[in-house]
Amino acid sequence: MSNLLDVKEVSKHFGAHKALNKVSIAVPQGSIFGLLGPNGAGKTTLIRIINQITMPDEGNVIIDGEPLQSKHIRDIGYLPEERGLYKSMKVGDQALYLAQLKGLSKTEAKKRLKYWFERLEIGDWWDKKIQELSKGMAQKVQFVVTVLHQPKLLIFDEPFSGFDPINANLIKDEILRLREEGATVIFSTHRMESVEELCDDIALINKSNKILDGKLLDVKRQYKINTYEVGIKTNNKLVLQNELTEKFEIAPANFKTLDDELKLNIKLPQGEDPNHLLSYLTTKGEVSHFVELIPSVNDIFIQTVKNN
Amino acid sequence: MNHLPLIIKREYFTKVKNKPFIVMTFLSPMIVIALIAIVAYISKVNNDKVHLISVLDESGVVGEVFKSSEKIKYNVLDNISLEAAKSIAKETKSYGLLHVQQWDDFDAISNKVYFYSEESPSLIIISDLEKKIGDELTNLKLEQNNVNVATVHHSKISIDIVQENFDGEKTSKMDSLLKLAFGGVAGYLLFMFIIIYGNMIMRSVIEEKTSRIIEVIISSVKPVQLMLGKIIGTSLAGITQFVIWIILGGVLMTVVSLIFDIDMGQLQTPQQDMMLQAMENSELNMQIQNVMASFYHLPITNLIVAFILFFIGGYLLYSSLYAAIGAAVDSETDTQQFVLPILMPLILAVYVGIFTVIEDPHGTVSVVFSFIPFTSPVVMLMRIPFGVPLWQQLVALLLLIFTFMFTVWFAAKIYRVGILMYGKKPSYKELIKWIKY
Repeated sequence: MSNLLDVKEVSKHFGAHKALNKVSIAVPQGSIFGLLGPNGAGKTTLIRIINQITMPDEGNVIIDGEPLQSKHIRDIGYLPEERGLYKSMKVGDQALYLAQLKGLSKTEAKKRLKYWFERLEIGDWWDKKIQELSKGMAQKVQFVVTVLHQPKLLIFDEPFSGFDPINANLIKDEILRLREEGATVIFSTHRMESVEELCDDIALINKSNKILDGKLLDVKRQYKINTYEVGIKTNNKLVLQNELTEKFEIAPANFKTLDDELKLNIKLPQGEDPNHLLSYLTTKGEVSHFVELIPSVNDIFIQTVKNN
Repeated sequence: MNHLPLIIKREYFTKVKNKPFIVMTFLSPMIVIALIAIVAYISKVNNDKVHLISVLDESGVVGEVFKSSEKIKYNVLDNISLEAAKSIAKETKSYGLLHVQQWDDFDAISNKVYFYSEESPSLIIISDLEKKIGDELTNLKLEQNNVNVATVHHSKISIDIVQENFDGEKTSKMDSLLKLAFGGVAGYLLFMFIIIYGNMIMRSVIEEKTSRIIEVIISSVKPVQLMLGKIIGTSLAGITQFVIWIILGGVLMTVVSLIFDIDMGQLQTPQQDMMLQAMENSELNMQIQNVMASFYHLPITNLIVAFILFFIGGYLLYSSLYAAIGAAVDSETDTQQFVLPILMPLILAVYVGIFTVIEDPHGTVSVVFSFIPFTSPVVMLMRIPFGVPLWQQLVALLLLIFTFMFTVWFAAKIYRVGILMYGKKPSYKELIKWIKY
């Protein structure tokens, strides 16, 4: 699969401060790409460069095989973290205005807005002013405005902030549906569970440098610790635990089971077949639990940023 | 993609449809006219009041001068003491008591005339009395010296110097007054326009920042386009408001003066009164003709073209700076430290215009300030009615355009960085740094 967006060795300075240092990312066509990093790492600067709000000092950006230029504005939909709408302007009027700024004709924009407003059940807000709406309601309007011109690339910065769980779910489904329809999504958030849930690829930026990127599964594989969570029913837990301590690297584990099992995290040496462990354990008692521990994005995030 | 028309349209319509704007547009001329009407009405009531003045003429010569008129009635008292006259004056509720003492000689009379009153008397009445007594005594003295008064009056010659420049264009005193008025109005209009609508632009930029919509907009539009769209849209709304004010003001003025029968022209200060009195001597018709002639003497085409060019140039120069300030700060309360340095050259321009240009429209100070781009729009507009060589106008205009392009570039730089900066009030040092980003 080809890349929709290629950011190549992009650097950006603000005075003496280096906001981005030769950062490269590749966003595959049709993927959901998680752009992660602590606050102040340079994510927003990178997103602004992709949106041509700021120009990079060095490096270049390729979108859909072409160098990024002003005509690509209409190919990108951007939902910034710092977002808002004109407070005293009517919802419909300002949605039309923003859509026209993205190059849609007035009639076309109106048609699509009607569709989206129906879809998100906000049809009767057309003549309301933003200041009359709640924050979550305004966010819905903002989401519609972002996706209305059917951009190839959607950039969402903390898209779920301000939404209640029901609406957050609704928006999540819409994002997945837009991806189904061919859009590519860059997704920047601090909510690791939604990264876990949505992203195919991730990149981690820390202190202006990219420190990690790749397919989410590859990254996880890379951070795999060869540790298995096991539960065994046995008559004498202490004896078994001592026996296992001699053979493996173990740590106490904590998970819920029905009976009083021995619960352990067992770390295998590199290259050891987990089947051997399982068959060994079955000789010691009834194995009720055997799960490979997969590092969460959260763990990977914290670990890499700390080590960096 | 050129979104400028779209942005201008939005800026214009949100301004024009904004309730406070509509209210201000229609209410302010009403308030102003109402104030004028009240003042006019009061001064009319004041004017219509008949003053009674008691006169005690011990000299026995000037008594005949005081013939009662519509506004002033004289009560000439004879053969009573000053104290008695005073009490009569009080009883009759006179405006005051005029006391002309016994005299020996016409010259000695000048400090022998007294006016007693409850409150200090109005300047107009005093000068009127002085004139009346003075005229009468002059006539009497002329007669005493065997001079025929009629002959003296016949012999009076009034001079009106015809002014003409070397190219044969005629000017006159009336000309100068009219020129002053023209230049003053043009300069002052620009000054007002910059302050009112510059502030409006600034507020509209701040609004975009505080509502956090700016990043959404900026991802589809170049900041310069947004800034220019804002300036042009707001200016068009401003022009709309100004035109409505002028039309509405004119209509209201006519209606009010018809209904209340108030002659707005009656709104005169004592100075104007005296000027009118002085003018009455020469023929009024001549004056009117003079005004008309003066009007045609003004370099009308030059004025209009220069007005438009300098107005637009000056306005854009300042409004782009206002936009930059709006972008640099987070809230309106933070704007003051930046607005003041902008206002200073503007106020300076108006002062130079009022004090120096009137005195000497082609003096060094006037000429220098009419070249400096930050003051040239106001000062040049004030100078042009007095005739400014074309090359000077062109140089000033070029300088203005050059500076205007520079400030727009400068403002756009600050704007571009500033609109995405939140939470801190920038210092001048930081603003300079932003330009390098």
